[in-house]
Amino acid sequence: MSGSQQNIKTMKPQSKAKAARLILGNEAIAEAAIEAGVNYAAGYPGTPSSEIIQTLANQAEKFNLRVEWSTNEKVAAEGAAAAAVAGLRSLVSMKNAGLSVALDFLTHLSLTGIGKRGGSMVVVVCDDPDAHSSGDETDSRWLSRFSYAPMLEPSSIDEAKRIISWAFHLSQEFACHVMVRSYTRLSHASALVKPGKKARHKAKPATDSSLSLTPYLARPAHGRTLARLAIFLTYFENSPYNAYEGPDDPDLIVVASGSGVNCARDAIDIMGLENKIGLLKIVTIWPFPESLILKILPKAKRVLVAEEVDPYLEVHVNAALNRCDGRRIKVFGRETGHIEPYGEITPERVCTAIAQILRVKFRLRSSEYQAQIDTNAEPLLINRGLSWCPGCPHRASFWAIERAIKKDGRDAYIIGDIGCYTLDVFPGGKGQMKLLHAMGSGAGLASGLGRLTSFGYKHPIISICGDSTFFHASMPALINAVHNDSHFVQVILDNEATAMTGFQPHPGISLNAVGQPAPRIKMEDLCQAMGAQVVVADPFDLKETTRIMRDLLRRDQGVQVLILRRTCELLRMKQTRKIPFSVSIDPERCRGRKCGFCLQQFQCPAFDIKLETEQPYIRSDMCSGCGVCVQICPSKAILKKEQIQY
Amino acid sequence: MNRHDPHNIVVSGVGGQGNILIARLLGRLFAIKGYQVSIAETFGAAQRGGSVFSSLRISKKKTGGPLIPFGRADIIIGIEPLETLRMLKYFGNPNVSTFTNDKPVYPIGVLRGNDRYPSTGKLKAALKTLSKNLLIIPATEAALECGGAIMANIVMLGALAGSELLLLPKEDIIAEVKESVPADKVSMNLKAFEMGFELSQRSSVKHLCPS
Repeated sequence: MSGSQQNIKTMKPQSKAKAARLILGNEAIAEAAIEAGVNYAAGYPGTPSSEIIQTLANQAEKFNLRVEWSTNEKVAAEGAAAAAVAGLRSLVSMKNAGLSVALDFLTHLSLTGIGKRGGSMVVVVCDDPDAHSSGDETDSRWLSRFSYAPMLEPSSIDEAKRIISWAFHLSQEFACHVMVRSYTRLSHASALVKPGKKARHKAKPATDSSLSLTPYLARPAHGRTLARLAIFLTYFENSPYNAYEGPDDPDLIVVASGSGVNCARDAIDIMGLENKIGLLKIVTIWPFPESLILKILPKAKRVLVAEEVDPYLEVHVNAALNRCDGRRIKVFGRETGHIEPYGEITPERVCTAIAQILRVKFRLRSSEYQAQIDTNAEPLLINRGLSWCPGCPHRASFWAIERAIKKDGRDAYIIGDIGCYTLDVFPGGKGQMKLLHAMGSGAGLASGLGRLTSFGYKHPIISICGDSTFFHASMPALINAVHNDSHFVQVILDNEATAMTGFQPHPGISLNAVGQPAPRIKMEDLCQAMGAQVVVADPFDLKETTRIMRDLLRRDQGVQVLILRRTCELLRMKQTRKIPFSVSIDPERCRGRKCGFCLQQFQCPAFDIKLETEQPYIRSDMCSGCGVCVQICPSKAILKKEQIQY
Repeated sequence: MNRHDPHNIVVSGVGGQGNILIARLLGRLFAIKGYQVSIAETFGAAQRGGSVFSSLRISKKKTGGPLIPFGRADIIIGIEPLETLRMLKYFGNPNVSTFTNDKPVYPIGVLRGNDRYPSTGKLKAALKTLSKNLLIIPATEAALECGGAIMANIVMLGALAGSELLLLPKEDIIAEVKESVPADKVSMNLKAFEMGFELSQRSSVKHLCPS
């Protein structure tokens, strides 16, 4: 799941051609790849990574790049690897969850390398500490070690540009892919960036290396890979990106990577401890520069590790010190509880840890001001729940699904998936989804649950996924379900875009990443070919959708697919700039808060209430004019009129 | 004159109100003036209606991280009053200058009747207690007069400009507004900006000076 960034304009260049521009970290990463001569780029959308491929797609024609939104991260990585094997420069990007999808392949790729044609491949993974827009806050740094791949983690946008360039160089030199870890506070931060010179890599694609792996070959390949990582280590031990700043005899050294570096600098600055605390910035995440650690850390007796999310550096610092009789140096961090073991790193978290370790008195704010907050602000701060946009087809779909389940009366069990429809679980949704995991997992879970009737499981099962999710990872699970005689209804909410991450295309629509016409793969045909029964409906027709849904539940055998097709409202608005209906509430008929059906049940954000009169009304600045609410009002008090121009 | 370095500005609102546009616009303005600029956007899963804020840090000395530390905002601009208060909880301090729209966007829980939106009086009192300088203006109302509630963010920018707290020439800000909005919406946005500017100039906040 993710937060979209609709309506954000790309920064305009300043008048001078080479002037620094204010751009997103992700835009800087894409720009650096172009400057490094990238030829091929692929990815699957996921916050906070999506703008990398989007930026490259926007430049594809100008720089003769092949850029694609792939069906999933594994396919994206495979495509990028093929380009590298053929001697080209490639980049693949994904969010943290996506790396797990691609990892089976990437681990293999580390063992073979990318061959001798002089190609290079950079894997950019964007983590989401704090899980702002994710179902988890996993730390990808472990996975570089796990998959025998070198990894770099920049601490600023400017550094990210140079790191991407270095990663391409290293990849070419060592003939293996190199990983770069980004994170929300880099990818979705903006800073001034100067454009560099654009290199063109004009390799002619060819294939001649033998890069196969079989059980017999894997063992020696593992050995060669480890030997290669040992050479990487010698580079990393001497890299100027790993740098110490601060006094020669500090009381405390903060070891930090990524966002931790800036947070540590802020903390030291705020506390005025520049003369007492040193900072060791680590950019080379794996292989870990152990000798550097042993050279720098003995300057102090105490070390604080500032990183996000897991204690990755902390574990490796401890291991290094333990090996070299460095036990007299005390290491603090997430493992010791000096920084909370989950969540983003922030300047104040580092401040608190420093104060605790050095036993200095420090208050983030005066107790008087905090007391004012506690008495005057805290009691007023109610939460702001999430909800689907006005006019969102998902609200209509879930409305119909809920009605059908009620009419069916057998307490159907709903399994969800990853997309805007996930908002169902929040108070602004219908609360129908009971089981929700990774991309495409809904169909797999339903496939298993749908086979339990012989054990006495009696509830009908509904699995709900989106269009992009269907292509990403639901298809193999559906095939599995049909083949293994599972029983459930698969609902595909087809809003004709990967909406939550910014309307990226997918195989189900007739455009590709760079906006050119592309063959559309019809999901109804695919599902039919799998052997499922398929029905297509319009979710805005609540009555008909409810009827179909109920019918499908009654069939109670095999895999029934219901495709609810309606374009994402934000996308529709962008394309047409038209509001179909003018919708209003007739105060004569409306029974107000006494009824409250529209506010409590339908929960469209365009509904508002005059708190003085308890009278619901529709906000003209919010209403998209879909007219669906006209169908739900028990008093028939909601009226729609003819089309108006936006 | 001195301002804190880095100088920290929070722009907050709910999803769809255009706070990121304001943060980036200010960022470009300060960049032209030779400042280093760093912006963080925090929007989570908010498509529409969720809490969204941007933090903007400017410095003459260095490119720092984009995260404003707890309690360290110099200016808070809010396009929704409850969200402004939420920002004060995290970033507020006795020296902060706060600019906010007065028009609530009710959370889902309030519309459902489960939660109570704070009364105008209590909300204003809390904002006032927690700010050194406070300007509350009817930005949505003004924006509607100009042609659309969506321009409340530009009204708020005008209000900030009118306070003279930014220490940036008005015409520079106007030039950047022109660059930042669709060509066919320039005149209505400039009107919105001017309305915010006027509202601010008429208030006592125009006399405030950076401490």
